[in-house]
Amino acid sequence: MWSYERRLQFPVNIKEPNAQLAQAIISQFGGPDGELAASMRYLSQKFATPYKEVAGLLNDIGTEELGHLEIIGAIVFQLTRNLCMEEIEKSGFDKYYVDHTLGIWPQAAGGIPFNACEFQSKGDIITDLFEDMAAEQKARSTYDNILRLVDDPDVCAPIRFLREREIVHFQRFGEADREDCSKSAIT
Amino acid sequence: MLSQEGMRMLNDISIVDFVLVDLSLYLDTHPFDQEAMEYFNHYVRIKNKMSRDFSMRFFPLTTDQAESKKEWRWGTAPLPWEGEC
Repeated sequence: MWSYERRLQFPVNIKEPNAQLAQAIISQFGGPDGELAASMRYLSQKFATPYKEVAGLLNDIGTEELGHLEIIGAIVFQLTRNLCMEEIEKSGFDKYYVDHTLGIWPQAAGGIPFNACEFQSKGDIITDLFEDMAAEQKARSTYDNILRLVDDPDVCAPIRFLREREIVHFQRFGEADREDCSKSAIT
Repeated sequence: MLSQEGMRMLNDISIVDFVLVDLSLYLDTHPFDQEAMEYFNHYVRIKNKMSRDFSMRFFPLTTDQAESKKEWRWGTAPLPWEGEC
């Protein structure tokens, strides 16, 4: 089970709203390589993982990803807070606004809703670990793309933090695929 | 609105907790690294103390620190996604 800690893993304090940027960053909430897909991927795969250490790692990284989902939600929320109608129309946010007002909903930047087909849980540890390593790199690329679109240091700081975590998770999944780590099969 | 002192404490908690998150993933794949475990043990004690101190002085960070008398302290605590709390 889980318990909640009443703070973000990395603080988000955005002073200037920017609805156009919010529409790009929402992809890391509900897009193909976003944090919702990441957390659901690892927290689904863990059950059929035959090695205790690897199942534990999937659980721990999946848990951290839930915290990242919350950071992205906070960024999108603060970027769209207190917008006036003129800003909503001018930024192209009107298409999102008509369906969700200023609610946070899991979709890709292009408007495609979140779909469980963004991830796989194959029941084969080798397949799953390689999917996980690829997923971390895809998320890292997405954060690189976001960083090219961002000028605001208040947005850059948490995005950079999240990008770094993708690299660490990639490293840990690579280690989980080594014989000396995953040796105690669950009996 | 959290005071300057509260914000500083919360920031320190985030730093120490980040050490623990990163270290626990490392230990998941290096379960016999004695040095890493000693490091973890040291910082987990610091984090627990900081978290208890913060919860007593400002607002509870977790429900197990939310003992309340007149008002449900967990319910009135700031929401972290609001920013500047």
